[in-house]
Amino acid sequence: MYSEKVMDHFSNPRNVGEIENPSGVGTVGNAKCGDIMRMYLDIDENGIIQEAKFKTFGCGAAVATSSMATELVKGKTVQEALQVTNKAVMEALDGLPPVKVHCSLLAEEAIHAALWDYAEKNGIRIEGLEKPVNDIEEKLEDEEY
Amino acid sequence: MRKLIYLDNAATTQVYPEVVEAMNPYFTEYYGNPSAIYSFAAEAKKATEDARAVLAEGIHAKPEEIYFTGGGSESDNWALKATAEAYASKGKHIITTTIEHHAVLHTAAYLEQQGFEITYVPVDENGCVRLDELEAAIRSDTILISVMAANNEIGTIQPLAEIGKIAKAHNVLFHTDAVQAFGHIPLDVEAMNIDTLSASGHKLNGPKGIGLLYIRKGVKIRSFIHGGAQERNRRAGTHNVTGIVGFGTAARMAFESMEERSAYESKLRDHLIDRVLTEIPYTRLNGDRSNRLPNNASFCFRFIEGESMLILLDQNGICGSSGSACTSGSLDPSHVLLAIGLPHEIAHGSLRLTLSEKTTMEDIDFTVDRLKEIIARLRSMSPLYEDFVKKQEQK
Repeated sequence: MYSEKVMDHFSNPRNVGEIENPSGVGTVGNAKCGDIMRMYLDIDENGIIQEAKFKTFGCGAAVATSSMATELVKGKTVQEALQVTNKAVMEALDGLPPVKVHCSLLAEEAIHAALWDYAEKNGIRIEGLEKPVNDIEEKLEDEEY
Repeated sequence: MRKLIYLDNAATTQVYPEVVEAMNPYFTEYYGNPSAIYSFAAEAKKATEDARAVLAEGIHAKPEEIYFTGGGSESDNWALKATAEAYASKGKHIITTTIEHHAVLHTAAYLEQQGFEITYVPVDENGCVRLDELEAAIRSDTILISVMAANNEIGTIQPLAEIGKIAKAHNVLFHTDAVQAFGHIPLDVEAMNIDTLSASGHKLNGPKGIGLLYIRKGVKIRSFIHGGAQERNRRAGTHNVTGIVGFGTAARMAFESMEERSAYESKLRDHLIDRVLTEIPYTRLNGDRSNRLPNNASFCFRFIEGESMLILLDQNGICGSSGSACTSGSLDPSHVLLAIGLPHEIAHGSLRLTLSEKTTMEDIDFTVDRLKEIIARLRSMSPLYEDFVKKQEQK
């Protein structure tokens, strides 16, 4: 059901991991619905994204869209990264099954959330960026079984 | 390509070569319509009745109480809709459970639209129906109790004899969806007071597209498929003779091997469960530890999602299934896992492995070894796991 590109990015995801002291980090999604994406960005003083990393809880498409989104924003300016839409992510992956389109939306939101965090940390306003909806459920129970 | 390890026998099973062999002559040689008068059709008629006798005997029913259908879903639809229709003058209340297969749940929802009232009795944390609540739900207008024999996702076996006793004491009909149980665990429609029972051929190494509904003599259930006098006027349509022969042959083999097979499968299942629970942290077993189908193991792995797990297992030649939202095409994980009280985020990380008598210990060990790597890999990518580990470190 997935394209070869999706399978490739799921099987060999690019840029998995964390960035210590990131310029911006954003987490979007909802454990209840089965998808959470966290994106870390390292942005230099010229506003260029030097590094992007991600961690994702979710299905094959969720992992693949996260991976592709990090690839697409790397080396771009903040303004250019804003133009990386869910459609761009989908096209780069040669498409997604209709029920998985929301994964690409989540990837776009993850980029926006990380950029928003970067803007807040630096007290700047990024033209065209709105505060992302954060519907993350911080509901990790500690009990063991 | 590596050997395929098929651990999705609750979804469907391999048709045994012996079954195909028994079916073959009824495609090419004895292809006559068993309803025909001429002697050429007699062989097909006889094969149909022989299969019916085998299937009846396996559940302690009479051959004339077995009605062939197109499969388990049709049997469930028939049992619920036709009972509702036939007994509507007595009452319009039906009792079922929260963990039934959708063939029952969606049919019940349809009946609700038709003016019937349905009570969904909850189950305990192991997926066993609460008998006290079941009995308390019975009213003067209750006409049917429908409880599955064993759950398809978590394998829990329901107390059919107790339910049958309750139903009989209150003079309510008892239907059981035995699609997963038929040919796998002992069923006795007499001892268990079962009035109608659904079963399917392809869950016990028979062909797809053939099922049965057992209807106790005296139960007023009318035809559901109209158009012919087949099956004592109760189920129209030319007999699927090859399917019936295949179902009968597979059932005979299943009944004969049941004891030995379930001992073997239980041993493998317990080894699988023991290894997974001891070697993979933050894992739970779904369903009852021992009161479960011999071939069913169902787990939830925290911090990961089921579909990713299935794809990675598939890349290792292993077939399993999951109740995660992504595998169902909806946003909600399995209703069964939610019904046993699991939160959504844990239900998303479910994995069902269902064995067969052809599964080997090496298959199980290979699967667990790969599973350990897969879970570790997915957790290393999971923001939920990252947060959990950071929280643990702060303590």
